[in-house]
Amino acid sequence: MRTVGEFLIFCGHAIRACFKRPWQIREFIDQAWFISSVSIAPAALVSIPFGAVIALQLGSLVRQLGAQSFTGAASVLAVVREAGPIVTALVIAGAGGSAICADLGARKIREELDAMRVLGIDPIQRLVVPRVVASMLVAVLLNGVVSVVGVAGGYFFNVVLQGGTPGAYLASFQALGQLPDLVSGEIKAMVFGLVAALVATYLGMNAKGGPKGVGDAVNQSVVITFMLLFALNFIMTAIYFQVIPQKGS
Amino acid sequence: MKFFCNTTGGSPDYTGMGVEVRVNGLTKSFGQTPVWSEVSLTLPAGEISVLLGPSGTGKSVFLKTLVGLLPPDRGEIWIEDRDLTKLKERELYEVRKLFGVLFQDGALFGSMNIYDNVAFPLREHTKLKESQIKEIVSEKLDMVGLIGAETKLPGEISGGMRKRAGLARALVLNPQIVLFDEPDSGLDPVRTAYLNQLIVDLNQQLDATILIVTHDINTARTVPDNIGLIYHGHLAMFGPREMLLSSEEPVVRQFLNAQRIGPIGMTEEKDADELAAEAAAGVDLPPLPAIPLQLRPSNGQPRRAERAPGEWCRANGIVPPWGSFQ
Ligand SMILES: Nc1ncnc2c1ncn2[C@@H]1O[C@H](COP(=O)(O)OP(=O)(O)OP(=O)(O)O)[C@@H](O)[C@H]1O
Ligand SMILES: [Mg+2]
Repeated sequence: MRTVGEFLIFCGHAIRACFKRPWQIREFIDQAWFISSVSIAPAALVSIPFGAVIALQLGSLVRQLGAQSFTGAASVLAVVREAGPIVTALVIAGAGGSAICADLGARKIREELDAMRVLGIDPIQRLVVPRVVASMLVAVLLNGVVSVVGVAGGYFFNVVLQGGTPGAYLASFQALGQLPDLVSGEIKAMVFGLVAALVATYLGMNAKGGPKGVGDAVNQSVVITFMLLFALNFIMTAIYFQVIPQKGS
Repeated sequence: MKFFCNTTGGSPDYTGMGVEVRVNGLTKSFGQTPVWSEVSLTLPAGEISVLLGPSGTGKSVFLKTLVGLLPPDRGEIWIEDRDLTKLKERELYEVRKLFGVLFQDGALFGSMNIYDNVAFPLREHTKLKESQIKEIVSEKLDMVGLIGAETKLPGEISGGMRKRAGLARALVLNPQIVLFDEPDSGLDPVRTAYLNQLIVDLNQQLDATILIVTHDINTARTVPDNIGLIYHGHLAMFGPREMLLSSEEPVVRQFLNAQRIGPIGMTEEKDADELAAEAAAGVDLPPLPAIPLQLRPSNGQPRRAERAPGEWCRANGIVPPWGSFQ
């Protein structure tokens, strides 16, 4: 319970520090580059089978119901609304978050963070903020990548392998899909990036007891972030359906 | 003296007299585990002090509390007219500019090379041009004997070199108070001797108030003006070097002379039974060894805080052990 309180204080501190100058542009760019380099490949690789599986499942289901014309829409919606953010969450927590946590944990046990504080630099402003902002940006990009790759994968399976018609696929997409779907996916991804980076930096900065402590912190950070992100995903989806009127209903 | 040029771009005026640190009733625990309590001592301005104590008695915790990295449970830490324990985060960052701290392993930033590590405080806190920064960094690296290693990463150099690079970084803003956490751990005897000489010379040139945490008895016996001993959760004694080296107090005597006989055991303090057994066996304490001369600056000039050998003993009517100060 105390840890939760401390974590919330840490988040407050970090979010306030986001608006404080001087902004660490270099560190931000380095981190954005670093996080993308560890997460874009896994995200793309995970999203192809994801899109394909959804397309396959939906394809046969929809045929049984005699609603072929909606295959495209359904699979796109599934990918953009649900799979995109979930794959993003998995990759951001598993690849991005763990890398951030390991990096800060190593700095913590080498006493780099204490040294920084003694030299009059706040590590939250210097190290945490650029990582949090970079993680949010990369999450948004990732979600875009996942959506595009997933939709392309779905199109490929639906149209090329299952013999659907491209026209129907695109037309049904028009009928059910709407811009807020994409926007909501991106907002979700941004929140995931924020939460994953906050958890990872907090646990990394509080690692104790040598290299083993860093390992424990990384492990914890991945598990906790997964749970938080799935819970958040559910909550945000629920809110989305309340707030945005759905087409065709 | 090149140290006297004000490199911090007009910030703290160089007064020529370190800063006094007064610690009052300081108590620290982690949750239910007490570390030490009611520690009171004064690090006199411009003097070198050493803090000793068995492993795990919280010496490193004490250093970190002194710079405000760990909050104490109670007590005060006065630096000039400010109580560090009451300061807000922002003010704390201001006060810390008075400090230079050498952490146990140097605590260099792993992603920067040696040069950038040492230049870091200058780039952060001054508006000096790169050419001026280069001059100061080279000077400090020269002082710690690291010229030629500028472009190496911390992972590529030995522990001793990391420590010396950490020292160069700690000194680059001309701190008024310098804290060393075990500067000699992991160094060979020759390097330790060089480092001790460096500390004495630094004190002479900067007049900084210096606190060294160490296990090395030889360092403790020859380098400082004052010695403190943390033992069993409190400060057993703190005072002038000659006072502790001539002390008959069992704990102080045992530790400063690295003896097995006395109240300190392998784990923590020995229990009453063991002590009684020792007393019954009639083990005689070996006589106190002679008090060595204090290490002097290498240029032969005196330090401001330096006192004549045996001065404290004479003033307090103590006869130093035979053969002292030779
Ligand atoms: N951040 C922390 N959280 C909890 N306990 C801590 C923390 N830091 C230190 N301790 C505990 O406080 C005690 C004192 O530790 P410290 O590192 O100060 O000892 P030390 O005197 O420096 O020992 P050594 O001479 O071996 O370096 C130890 O028991 C340690 O486990
Ligand atoms: Mg220690």
